[in-house]
This record gives sequence, structure tokens and C-alpha cells, in this order.
Amino acid sequence: MNNLLDLEKRINSELTTKIKNSKINHDQIFLEIDKENLIDVTQFIKTHKDMRFRQLIDITVVDYPEKTQRFKIVYLFLSHEFNQRIVLSYFINENEVISSLTTIFPSANWMEREVFDMYGVNFKNHPDLRRILTDYGFEGHPLRKDFPLTGHTEVRYSEEASKVVSEPVKLEQNYRNFDYQSPWEGTKYIKEQTKNNDKKN
Amino acid sequence: MTKKIKNLNLNFGPQHPAAHGVLRLILELDGEVVEKADPHIGLLHRGTEKLIENKTYMQAVPYFDRLDYVAPMNQEHAFALAIEKILKIEVPIRAQFIRVIFCEIGRILSHILNVTTQALDVGALTPSLWGFEERETLMTFYERASGSRLHANYFRAGGVHQDLPAGLEDDISNFCERFPKIINDLENLLTDNRIFKQRNVDIGIVTKEDALDYSFTGVMIRGSGIPWDLRKSQPYDCYEQLEFKIPVGKNGDCYDRYLCRIEEMKESVSIIKQCLSKIEKGPIKSSDGKISPPPKKDLKQSMEALIHHFKLFTEGYRVPKDEIYTAVEAPKGEFGVYLISDGTNKPYKCKIRAPGFSHLQSMDYLIRGHMLADVPAVLGSLDIVFGEVDR
Repeated sequence: MNNLLDLEKRINSELTTKIKNSKINHDQIFLEIDKENLIDVTQFIKTHKDMRFRQLIDITVVDYPEKTQRFKIVYLFLSHEFNQRIVLSYFINENEVISSLTTIFPSANWMEREVFDMYGVNFKNHPDLRRILTDYGFEGHPLRKDFPLTGHTEVRYSEEASKVVSEPVKLEQNYRNFDYQSPWEGTKYIKEQTKNNDKKN
Repeated sequence: MTKKIKNLNLNFGPQHPAAHGVLRLILELDGEVVEKADPHIGLLHRGTEKLIENKTYMQAVPYFDRLDYVAPMNQEHAFALAIEKILKIEVPIRAQFIRVIFCEIGRILSHILNVTTQALDVGALTPSLWGFEERETLMTFYERASGSRLHANYFRAGGVHQDLPAGLEDDISNFCERFPKIINDLENLLTDNRIFKQRNVDIGIVTKEDALDYSFTGVMIRGSGIPWDLRKSQPYDCYEQLEFKIPVGKNGDCYDRYLCRIEEMKESVSIIKQCLSKIEKGPIKSSDGKISPPPKKDLKQSMEALIHHFKLFTEGYRVPKDEIYTAVEAPKGEFGVYLISDGTNKPYKCKIRAPGFSHLQSMDYLIRGHMLADVPAVLGSLDIVFGEVDR
């Protein structure tokens, strides 16, 4: 289907309860679903003759540590036939296991491995769930918001041991994260100081 | 008497010259036939996405140069487009042409490197010597526009960093006249070459269905006969005003992909020529002082310009809360940026979709049943650059 509005209506009418929310933004359809319906919805948009979202472009996760449902899993699909894009997403808790798309799209294999590596999200029925981008023996999930930018360990070549050793990070100077936001209103600590002074007076 | 035969496990890389960087490919061999290939990647992982989350939008641009470092400006383009779409800013027409010229130069840079090194992998030395001479010329164009040969940091949301220096347009135009002859020379060496064909024809065949299933984009999908190019199907900047053809392969083997790349270089030259004939004088970045820094000469006279300058280079600009996926046709395929902004001066999340990642993943499928000597040929035709695979 070439028209984005028609396509959105069509998806909503065919899948009714499986779609929690849908909107059109920047010429793309953003669909929100439930975790259980992932396989059904993907299968549907892949095979339906008016959609043909034949290509899985990417899988990624957005981390919102302050929410109870911490991770938002995002799938990007592309239909060559109708020249459309869909962004599919759902929220999960930190320790939930989600289904793998590898049976429908073989290319999901590495994408899911990357998600597992970077965010620690587990997939069931994945043929080969190993870390992919980080070092052998790496611990932690780097793209989580609570993982420090500098990491926990650093490696160097040790002359005594004649091998590469990994040690806890030692920084000569702390990472400087300047707060440039709205300096016209004064930075936080100045505001607090003035407030305290006001109280004293 | 029966003999037990064990398969041989072979480490291909990470320091093998034909591994095109730091790929560790673990091959399981039965005699000379590859039974299984397991690529280990991540040896060049720098955590680009994490770093971008901690930098302002303007500070994030240089990280994009370091992804696919043979065609840096194509990556910057995707990031700039994503921000422009969220901020809803218009890019002046001159800036659009400049960007397209440099994206096509990037495409030629990348394709020369790929075609010639693929030839090198299968035993031809001369093409790389001839090709790299031209890359050097193209990189001087990069240098004259942006100040550096490789890590350009030239595209900005709303335009480009600075105008082209005097004479550069003429020199690029001269290059366009001269370059088709070089492509012909390369073709004379390779296209009908018996050894080159023996090593590439019918090797690493990808069917249409598999090209879709394995998320192939760019030359990888066009080589298999699917005419898909984002410059045509989802045009960005001024591509709509330009005429060019999409070369498509027939058999989906390494040789077809080589032919596609050669034809694409010719198309790129024609695109650059069209741009040069259409480009006119005018502004090169958005006039919105909240996004583009003011010209240097205003700083001494205008208080407003000084404030804007200071604010832009400390706080940077803020991008309203939004979510977007933008893709461009980079030389290697669909390069996309999935950006989530939260109203502050830094991206909340910036996922980079690198074409090489999904291409390399299919290595096992492509190479199974082939001979060991075909591994470099297939790897070469995938066009892998580890800067973008590992991110």
C-alpha cells in the first residue's frame, strides 16, 4: 500500500487488539505492541500482500532506568515494494526474556546478539546467543545508562607477566561533564546556596 | 583399515592482509572446502554510540567520520539529515549541492578502494597502484573544503561548515573530465581478465530472496538484481533534481558486484558534473543563529552574534523531544541513524545502522561449500570496513 494513512488504518483494522498504539511521524509508522504479539505482528507485516515488509533493518533498545518497564525494544522494518518504513516497539522489564526473530529473519541473529551484548536483554530460541562486540571475557552491558562512560577496566601490556593484563580504571582526572544547560538561571549549586542564604536570613 | 579424519580449524586474521582490517574469521575446513565460518568482530569497538550520548549534537559529528573511514562525509550526512528533520530547518540549495558533490566523491573513494583491493586479494597489484593515485586527488578535494583528508567534520545540521575555497569547483570539474579514462584503464585490466573472472564469476552467489532475508542493502542487493537505491526511492537533499541510473547485477556473484561498483563510479561522475553545472552562489548554512554559528567577522561588531557563538560552542543547540530513523545511501549500503532526542543538548540515544554489519553476518551462508581460496574474494566483494562494523 503506497499511502501511509491507508496503511496505518489497514494494520489497525487487521490486527485490532494486537496494536496498542500507532502514529505517523516523519513519514514512518510507529507501532506499539505487546511483547507476546511480536511474532504474530512481524509475520503478518512480512507476508501480507499489501505490506511486504520483507527486510529487517535493525533491532535496538532504548534504556530508561527510571521506568519500571526499563527497556524499550525497537525493530525497524522496510518494505521495498511499497517504499515504506515501520518502527515497531514494546516495553519490557529488566529481567524479561523475549522471543527471537531469527526464524523469520535470519539477519536478526547478529542484531539480537548485539542487543544482548550491549543491554543484557535475553532472547529465547536464539541459535547462538554470545557476546559480539565486546572483548572476550567482558563483564557488564556498556550501553545501559548506568554503565560509566569510562568503563570499569582498562588493559595494558605488563612487562613482568609478559602478557596483556586488565586492571580497574584509574583516571588522572575525573571525566568532566559540564552542566551547560540554562546557565542564565544559574547552576544548581548556586541556586541551592542562595536558597539556603534566604532561609538563614 | 579406517582412518579418522578431523576437520581443520583455521584462524583467518585478525592480522591477515586480506581480512580488510581486524576480522578474526574462524574457518572449519574439510580439506580445502569451508564447512563453517564464524566471524569474530568487535576488535575495533570504540563505543561510538555511548560516546555520542555524552556529547552535544555538534561534538558528535566527528564520530561519524570514524565509522566508515573511506567515505566519511556520507555518514555525517545521515546524522545531519536526522537533526534537520527534527528541527524542521531548511538547507540552502548551495549547501545541498555541496553535500551531494562530496557524498559522490565519497562514493568514488570507497568504490576505488574496494574494487582495487578486491583485485589485490585475487592477485592483481597494478589496479591498486593506479586507483590510489586518484584517491589521493580526491582526498585533496576533501582537504581543501574541510581542512582534513579523512576525518572531515564538514557537514552540519542546516548546511556545511564553510564555503568551498576559490578554484575548487573548477578542479573537481577537471577531475570529472579526466577520471572516466582511469575507470576505463581499470576495466581494461580487470573486466575481461581471465584470472580475475575465474576468481570471481559464480563465487558467492546471493539470490534475491536471500538478499532480502539477510538485510542486504546497497551494492549487495543491487548485484542480485533488485533495483533499490535510497537516492531514488527516498530522495534526500537535491537528488530529486539529478538524473542518474541505478546499475543492477544479474547473477548476484562477486563479479556482478564488481561491475555494479564500476558503473556506479561512472554515474557518480555524471552526478558531480550535473551538480557543478547547477550550483550557484548563495548561503551555505541555515541562517538561524540558534543553530548555525555566525560568521567570524560579525563577532567583533555584533553583540548578538557573540552571544550566539558562545552559546553554540558551550551549550550547543537543543533538539526537541522526538524519535526518528533516517537513512542515506552510503557507498556500502543503507547507513541509518535512529535518533531519540529528549529536549536537551545531547542525544538520548543514537543507534547507528551500519550496512557492513549485516553483510558480514552472512559470511557463513555465503562461504559454506566454497574453497578456502574463495574466502578473500567473497570478503572483498562484501566491502567490509571495520570502523562501521564494530562502531
